[in-house]
This record gives sequence, C-alpha cells and structure tokens, in this order.
Amino acid sequence: MASDSGITPRKDLLDIESLSVEEIEFLLKTAAPFKDLFKRSVKKVPALRGKTVLLLFYEPSTRTSASFEVAANRLSADVTNFQVSQSSVVKGESVLDTIDTLQAMRTDYVVVRHGASGIPNLIAKHTNASVLNAGDGFHAHPTQALLDAFTLREVYPDTNGKKVLIVGDILHSRVARSTSTIFRKLGADVAVLGPGTLVPEGRHKFMQGFRTWEAAMAWKPDVVYLLRVQLERQQDQFFPSLGEYHKVYGLTTERFSELQDRGLWLMHPGPVNRGVEIVDEAMKYERSLINQQVENGIATRMAALYWLRPGTASEDSSRKSIA
Amino acid sequence: MSQPAELTSEQVLSESEISDRVADLAQAIIDSAADGEMPNFVGVYTRGVTLARRVAAFIEKKTGNAPNLGSLDISLYRDDLDNLGTTPILKHTDIPFDIEGQRVVLFDEVLFTGRTVRAALHELLDFGRPAKIELAILVDRGNRELPIQPDYVGLKIDTTMDQYVKVRFHEDDDTEGVFLLK
Repeated sequence: MASDSGITPRKDLLDIESLSVEEIEFLLKTAAPFKDLFKRSVKKVPALRGKTVLLLFYEPSTRTSASFEVAANRLSADVTNFQVSQSSVVKGESVLDTIDTLQAMRTDYVVVRHGASGIPNLIAKHTNASVLNAGDGFHAHPTQALLDAFTLREVYPDTNGKKVLIVGDILHSRVARSTSTIFRKLGADVAVLGPGTLVPEGRHKFMQGFRTWEAAMAWKPDVVYLLRVQLERQQDQFFPSLGEYHKVYGLTTERFSELQDRGLWLMHPGPVNRGVEIVDEAMKYERSLINQQVENGIATRMAALYWLRPGTASEDSSRKSIA
Repeated sequence: MSQPAELTSEQVLSESEISDRVADLAQAIIDSAADGEMPNFVGVYTRGVTLARRVAAFIEKKTGNAPNLGSLDISLYRDDLDNLGTTPILKHTDIPFDIEGQRVVLFDEVLFTGRTVRAALHELLDFGRPAKIELAILVDRGNRELPIQPDYVGLKIDTTMDQYVKVRFHEDDDTEGVFLLK
C-alpha cells in the first residue's frame, strides 16, 4: 500500500514475481537518491545504524557479495560474512541448523545465495530477519533484476514498448528469469535468443524466442542483454563447445559492428567470459551499460535494504506485507 | 498526514499574514548580514524548502543579492524509521554549494519536538563543517524534546502535545494558511 509519503514495507525480497509494479517503481525511485549519495564526500547515511546484515553465501560470488557489503556499509549497518561454503557444509551443517544460528545471533537482515532453488524462501519462513535473495539455483535473482531495470530506466525513462533481446543460456539463468519478468512488468517487450536446448519451452508463452541472430535482429531490439555462460554448469554439455557457442550465439566482431551501427544498448550481468559471450573490443563500446550496471547494483541494493523491515511475520512470497 | 474530520481547525495565520512573517524573517536575516555576506539557505523538505525559497526571493528583491539555496531530505537520518508504518519516499537532497566554513541558515515551517532539526543538522554536517548554522522557523509551537532553539521565528504559539499545526503553501498545497487543529 502506498500513500504520497511512503509505501508499506515487506519482510523479505525473494523474487520479482511477487512484487507489485508499484513496489518496483518505489524501489527504482528510491535508488536514485542513493546513487546521488556516492557523489558526496561522506557516502554514508545512518538509516540502518545498529542493524546487522549477514552475508550467507553458499555459492561463491565475489561481485554480488561485495555489492551487498558496500550497500549495507553505506547505510551504516554492521556486516558479517558467514562463509558457509568453506566450512559448515563440509561439516554437514544443514540449512536449518544455520537458521538456528542466525536466530541466536539476532541478525536483522540475511542476504542468501544458494545453488538450490527455494532455499531463501525456506530461511525466510523460519527467521524473523529480513531475507534478501542474492540468487538461488535457477529460480530468482531479484536484486540483479532491480539493478537492470534501474539501468534501463537511465537510458529509457519510459520503458513502455522498448524491446530487449536476452541472449544465452536462458534455461539455467535466474538472471534471465528475474530480469525478463521485471522488464515485462515495466512494459518492455522481451524476446530470447539461445540454443534450443537452453530455452525453456513454457517461456514462449510470454516471450518470443529466436534461434538465430539474424532473426533476432530483424525483430529490431533496442537493447541486447547477453547472459553469462555458466562454465561451471556446463558439464551436461548443452552445447558442443565454447567456441561453437561464440560462433552461433556470441557477440562476434561482425555482430558487434552491426550493434554499433544500429546504436543498440548492451547489457551483461557480469562477470564477462571474454571471447565466449562477447568479443574483447565490445567491452569498450560507448553504449555498453555493463559498468553502469555494477555501480547501480549498490544503489538498488541500498533501496531494497532500506525498504525491507525485519519482523516476526513470515510471508514467503505471498502478497501479504507487514505494517 | 490526514486528520480525522471531527477535529476543529482554527486559522492562526492568513495568506497575507504569512507574507508579513516571511518579510520579517527576511528582514532579520538581512540585518544579521550587515557586512553584506548573505548566508546560504537550506530548506528541509517539503515546506521548509518552500519557506527558504520565499524568504530568499524577498531578500533578492530588497537587496538584489540572492542567497544560495539547497534542500534536505532527512528521511535517512530520522530516529524513528523503525516505527513508521510506511517506508518514506526519498526526495533528492541537493546542496549545490560548498558549506565548508560558510554560514548556513536552516529552514523548516514548524518547530515542534526538535527531532527533525536534529536529523537535519546531522545530515548537513555530513556535507562539511560550516562556520555557523542558524535556524529559521515560520511557526514555533513549543513542546521541545531536544535542546534546540530557533534564531529567526515568524510566530510563536502555545500548543499542547496532542494538537497539530498545519502549514499550507500554494506551492505545495491546494490552500494557504497556518491552522491549529485540536
């Protein structure tokens, strides 16, 4: 619920699907003054002073955890890194054991990344802390989606009818899932391009799917969003080789020059596999938004932390919110 | 900030009386700047910004010298963020000048508990170390909870904690006037 002066906070941020357009607009609007803060000499505000933020990463992710850490620090929260992957999992500590530990530590916010879908929802259900999903399995990566939407709005203040082409491993990408959802909620048109084996069948109900660059370019996108090839998840051989992937779906020199000629915007969630999704020279493209995405990640994560309110109610991903 | 309909509303200042008080504030600030060095103005959102703008306009008309104008959103510096039913929508804090070593006059429309001014001072000091910060207020309604006093006051009225003082400006509202609700 929103009024002129504010909006009702939620306990958790688990996915994009359960956010209303109004809540998304609030978060994007709130991220802008946070970004302004970076220009001040004191880049910190006391909004979360005395609160604790726990980074619970079961999968390694230097960038996302660093981005959350900077965001929490700039809100004056105390940040603790809980290195689960290295220690506890090896010792056989279950997620539920970890939740008990969190409760005992009286942490206010927990940022969770896990290889299995639904773990953040499970944790949210069993703790009073606010849970922020920093990526779970193939399910969701809501703060990535928010930063992508914020970045898109910086180049297109009105996203209605803008065409975004998402290229790559759509099937194994929580980024594709969350980002395509937020773009569509903001009125943009989203299409996907990827190997047949990597584009989920059901998704074609909402989005057009292309099998070749030529067909996708004929659709006349405004933005090309390249996904990262998950090298570590490629054991199952969904496509023959990285070289083959580059040739068929990568941003090659020829495709990059077409992109440049048309002045299309370029996005990528990082980190980039140079020579696989994207040729080296495209990294310096003036319409590449990749570095802007990283910078905007901090501001949008600050907005999310600022909005969520720890409490006793657990809401999972339902629409119920605590007041 | 909606009030239940059964409250009685008494008008404390009319539109023309507000203009007179704005002129008084402006004159007092002009007198304080006898050396001709006009202080920098910073208004607290929403109506403190409007008040600062009006006082600045008056001073410019009278002296030809326009004070610098900045605006402050204190939401992130509030001491009651945890207890609010809603998360406030942030506005752009904008101080387009260097306050280091400068004289600053902070503007708000009503001075009540002093907590807003406390938050504003905290935020302002994150921008630098001014030589001096003063406080200009349209209505001082008493009932302070912190040791904060204004330097320039348009009107001082006695109120009780449960009363509500409403300042309305044409720039921000449908109507203009200062009202006491009880």
